[in-house]
Amino acid sequence: MRAETKRKWKRYTLFDLINTVLVVLITLIIIYPLYFCIIASFSDVKEVVQGRTMLWIKGFTVDSYRYVLQESQLWVGYRNTIFYTLFGTLYNLVLTIPVAYVLTKKYLPFRGTISWYFFITMYFSGGMIPTYMLIKDLGLINNPLVLVIGSGVSCYNMIVTRQYFATSIPQDIYEAAYIDGSSELRCFLKIAIPLAKPIIAVMALYYGVSHWNSYYNALLYIRDKEFQPLQLVLRSILISNQLALNSLENSDADTVSYLMHRANVAQGMKYAIVFIASAPLLIAYPFLQKNFTKGIMIGSVKG
Amino acid sequence: MDRKKKHQGLWKRIYRCRQLYLLVIPGMITVFIFHYIPICGLQMAFRNFKASKGIWGSDWVGLKYFIQFINYPYFEKIMINTIRISLYSLMTFPAPIIFSIMLNELRSNKVRRVSQMITYAPHFVSTVVVCSMTILFLEKDGVINLIAQFFGREPENLIANPAAFAPVYAITDLWSGLGWGTIIYLATLAGVSMELIEAAKIDGAGRMQIIWHVQLPHLKPTIVTLFILRMGSLISVGFEKVFLLQNSLNKETSSVISTYVYEVGIENHQYSYSSAIGLFNNLINIVLIVIANFVSKRVAEVSLW
Repeated sequence: MRAETKRKWKRYTLFDLINTVLVVLITLIIIYPLYFCIIASFSDVKEVVQGRTMLWIKGFTVDSYRYVLQESQLWVGYRNTIFYTLFGTLYNLVLTIPVAYVLTKKYLPFRGTISWYFFITMYFSGGMIPTYMLIKDLGLINNPLVLVIGSGVSCYNMIVTRQYFATSIPQDIYEAAYIDGSSELRCFLKIAIPLAKPIIAVMALYYGVSHWNSYYNALLYIRDKEFQPLQLVLRSILISNQLALNSLENSDADTVSYLMHRANVAQGMKYAIVFIASAPLLIAYPFLQKNFTKGIMIGSVKG
Repeated sequence: MDRKKKHQGLWKRIYRCRQLYLLVIPGMITVFIFHYIPICGLQMAFRNFKASKGIWGSDWVGLKYFIQFINYPYFEKIMINTIRISLYSLMTFPAPIIFSIMLNELRSNKVRRVSQMITYAPHFVSTVVVCSMTILFLEKDGVINLIAQFFGREPENLIANPAAFAPVYAITDLWSGLGWGTIIYLATLAGVSMELIEAAKIDGAGRMQIIWHVQLPHLKPTIVTLFILRMGSLISVGFEKVFLLQNSLNKETSSVISTYVYEVGIENHQYSYSSAIGLFNNLINIVLIVIANFVSKRVAEVSLW
């Protein structure tokens, strides 16, 4: 026993020390920007711009959050994004899972052709403008439906799912079912789907996160404020500085101190919004981390 | 039985799989609509598109719009900007490899788990938020300038500085991608055989030597595969992040092909011209990925196809 602990100590070399210190340092650097946003959002803005909130909250206040609550456009965006994420993810799954399943069937005529039909979309696409013209011709401009059905099947996700069907579910199960007289549809619904629950969860997360975080489609196709998803609202608030600040509008306008105050409030609100916008995923993700990494692992196995 | 199956007519085999086709058809239809119709729409690049005549009815103009793009006074600048940002971003490619080896070498599982959990997190922060944070931090009274002042440097609005654009872009890439990028390498490293490491130890190899001669060679196929894929996007700097970080002051270095396509197509409605630029970009990407694949097939014996 003593000899073992001694050996362990000996093995903990200078290399380990430097390595551990570096990893901890890198980890701290990566967490710092998020940490700073959180403490800055709870601090007095005047302290923030003076650089007195580098490590901890100074002049604790929830004013920023109070103003954010009155920013109605933000909550409209939140509501829309929840809607787009739920229905969009469901739509993606309903399309992707059957395709992935079918493409594992070696006896299917034209399997290779159908696979390439999907693969090509990874390397070659029409690009921004032809897609825009299509959406325009379909009458989907400024139609919230475009954010639900616009993405369809992601080829990468389809390949990962296919990999799972091909390697994690023994093919003999289907053979037995065919002999019992089950149809292909029945095999898919009654055997494959229940066994594929883990990969369905992974795909739901992948698609869900991409819907939650996407803004490109909305930027191109959505005009009305009432349909804007969260990310687009964030862009106009955080980057284009379009804060409503209705609550401040009634005070004595035009004076310098008012403008200063307004700028300060806006600054503080931005930190608060960064936190509010990222919180749902950042809070949920540690619980789901295993699922996410599993997706990458399955995808990386060559098949 | 098997032979009989082979000799069955094609139609019969297709008929037997009818339910499978039924399952795959909805996916094929959506891909057809949202991917293949736009690909057909690319012929716009060779026509003078008029809304009244439609895509199929507009007059052919050949390579007019491609030539127009190449002769565009800022063509060179846009290309250089695109490549510069791309190369800066490519410099971050080795970072996840190194970091995954560092994580793998950690003695303490606890430190590793915590570090993984924290460094993966930025992957879930949306592009809009990442760019907003970048802008907030780089402002004159932002946190970066506060730190710079501490070291005695003049505060400066870095996001308005054209020279800083590409490095800033690369750093945000690094921040969001460092931890997430290690997952695939860590999974590969888990497959290094312990016997090989033990054998190396007996031969007197140090830690660095084991990393260099055992672990890196094991990672090679993964590294090469990811590198080829990366080459495919060398010329296509993602639209989203550049667009968000762009402003009138840094435009000199932040104007890239994709943002130019947006400007010309969506803002100025020159659909044919912007389609031509997009197609030009896409073709270069394909050529690059084919070249990278060919080279790696020869040199490293790893290839995508």
